[in-house]
Amino acid sequence: MSTITTTPATTTTARRFNVGRWVTWTLFAIVLLLAPKVFTSNLSISMLAQMGIAIIACLSYNMLLGQGGMLSFGHAVYTGLGSYMAIHALLRVSEGALSLPVSLVPLVGGLAGLFFALLFGYVTTKKAGTTFAMITLGFGELVFAMSLMFSEFFGGEAGVTADRMVGDPVFGITYGPGVQVYYLIAVYTFVSVALMFAFTRTPLGRILNAVRDNPERVEFIGYNTQMVRYFAFIIAGFFAGISGGLAAIQFEIVTAEVVGPIRSGGYLLFTFLGGATFFFGPIIGGVLMVLAFVLFSELTRAWLLYLGLIFLFMVMYAPGGIASLIMMNMRVAAYGRLRELAGSYIVLTLASLLMLAGAGALIEMIYHLQLSTAMGDSVKFLGLTLHTREALSWIGGLVVLLVGWGVFEGARRGFMRRWSVIQTDIENDIKRRENA
Amino acid sequence: MSTDQTTHAPASRTPEAVHYDESMSHIHAGGYALELRQLRKSFGKTEIIRGIDLAVRSGERVAIIGPNGAGKSTLFNLISGRFAPTSGDVLLGGQRINGKRPFEINRMGLSRSFQITNIFPKLSVFENLRCSVLWSLGYKYALFRFLADLRDANDRAEQLMQMIRLDKKRDVLAMNLTYAEQRALEIGITIAGGAGVILLDEPTAGMSKSETSRFIELIREVTVGKTLLTVEHDMGVVFGLADKIAVVVYGEVLAFDTPEAVRANAKVQEAYLGSVLADGQAASAGH
Repeated sequence: MSTITTTPATTTTARRFNVGRWVTWTLFAIVLLLAPKVFTSNLSISMLAQMGIAIIACLSYNMLLGQGGMLSFGHAVYTGLGSYMAIHALLRVSEGALSLPVSLVPLVGGLAGLFFALLFGYVTTKKAGTTFAMITLGFGELVFAMSLMFSEFFGGEAGVTADRMVGDPVFGITYGPGVQVYYLIAVYTFVSVALMFAFTRTPLGRILNAVRDNPERVEFIGYNTQMVRYFAFIIAGFFAGISGGLAAIQFEIVTAEVVGPIRSGGYLLFTFLGGATFFFGPIIGGVLMVLAFVLFSELTRAWLLYLGLIFLFMVMYAPGGIASLIMMNMRVAAYGRLRELAGSYIVLTLASLLMLAGAGALIEMIYHLQLSTAMGDSVKFLGLTLHTREALSWIGGLVVLLVGWGVFEGARRGFMRRWSVIQTDIENDIKRRENA
Repeated sequence: MSTDQTTHAPASRTPEAVHYDESMSHIHAGGYALELRQLRKSFGKTEIIRGIDLAVRSGERVAIIGPNGAGKSTLFNLISGRFAPTSGDVLLGGQRINGKRPFEINRMGLSRSFQITNIFPKLSVFENLRCSVLWSLGYKYALFRFLADLRDANDRAEQLMQMIRLDKKRDVLAMNLTYAEQRALEIGITIAGGAGVILLDEPTAGMSKSETSRFIELIREVTVGKTLLTVEHDMGVVFGLADKIAVVVYGEVLAFDTPEAVRANAKVQEAYLGSVLADGQAASAGH
């Protein structure tokens, strides 16, 4: 049984000592603690730090999307303004105008996020659904446009830079080495994740789920749905700001793109990929976000296109994201039926890789034609040399793609049949137990 | 921490009792639990409710009957704050509530159910009910308390679950319940906050005969001591359950009286009841 879901299946009249939950949180702390011991390079420590930042941002975003049913297109406003306020605070500290330990600078970001959510949120949360989405888009554009107008605050093209090694070191911590920043971020990540999880267990957190499911009915059990959305929005803004503040310390530079629509879209995309219906989904999303932005973007210039394809694929075949795939398979495994699906999974994976290889060959050749024809007509791809002027390369790519797709579709149908049989069996089993 | 139900039971009564006292106090203030004065509602040029006067005493059970399109559901929407009336007044325990928002009216002690099932599909039965008791127990938008620690809310939700006979379905998501179970949950959500005035909009709609009679028993049980208004089509139910019947035809109250008097009313016979009434008499004779 999962311990981290937005709609818990098990709740008790008084709280019991929940072993599973303690194990989960202890493991989480250990992972945060030991990760830089396992991945020791500078790049990986920087990536781990960014993952912490992204996890907080995606979880705060999911407070709106997954828990409140609010589709925001402007979450970067709150992470980004948090970043700006934090970096300005860092500058004031180094000027000596402000006395604040660097460890607390992320809180400045959090308070900024909270303040702007308080300010913009009242209008934003007046309505749910499409109107909400439109207003977040509006505020996103507004703040991004302002970032170009007020270069004093936003730093114009160059952005705002600061030095995080300011103030007196506490216990010898200067925040010079990346690993010290990592541990600062790890502490904030652990506390923020714990607090956001705790939020799902409060009356406000639960009523937020009710507002997501059926706002009209909530009005008839005594709650003002706008207030519920507004309070959740403010809390999400606070954690978004924390994430932004940490990013300011990590990078020591903040540029206008952090409040921009692309960043907002990224939060939406990766929260969705990770899975909005489970609490831990956005944690997966945050990790993927950093992997995609840092590693994947190094592999190919067409990485955004691949990302788009994966997103489309997920929306079509697994709208609950990776988290729901995991949870559904955990349930099957709990009933000892996972083995029956293993064959299908192997075929589906191979077919997906085949499709990806075919599509990849075509995409790389098209990119090559568009951007680097001067470099000749040969493209290196998976150890093969493709030629953009030879029909064989194109046909080959297309054939691999189509064969992969055909195998995938065939395997998927077989899989769906087996899957639905297993699900029916499990449902019947549950019913039998209920009636017993 | 032990979770012995019986030891907590008396503790859970206290906030509930306090709540009933509150809602009763303003019911006695105006003499009537619910009063409608010259209530009117137009949509565009069409007047749906055309000057309704109705006064319901505390503890009375009133059935509202009338042909389709007579404005019964609209009337409920006006009383519960879903729509604002075009003119006229709605008084709850002597206080004017017209123009107030649904949640304000609910907080003043009026709760309603819906003709089309209106529950929280992705929450469990228990969560549906616990959400519905939170406001009345004073938890509001609480952020610094854990739900699991709210003993009174949890006990009240458990108690409601037994009242509507869904205690075996505690952790089932509401969307996975059978239709009849969802209708019971709808009633549970409606009575959860302990409101003194309850409006039920066709509570037995879509149910079979046997389900209906069991369900009416349940409604009678859970609304003991409350003021009840219900829209109902099944005449057996109407004559079995109601102390008084209001006949609404074309947005006006044609008659408002005891079942016997309404049955004998010539105007009602002529306008609406003729054939339906015969069925009703047959049905109630069968009881």
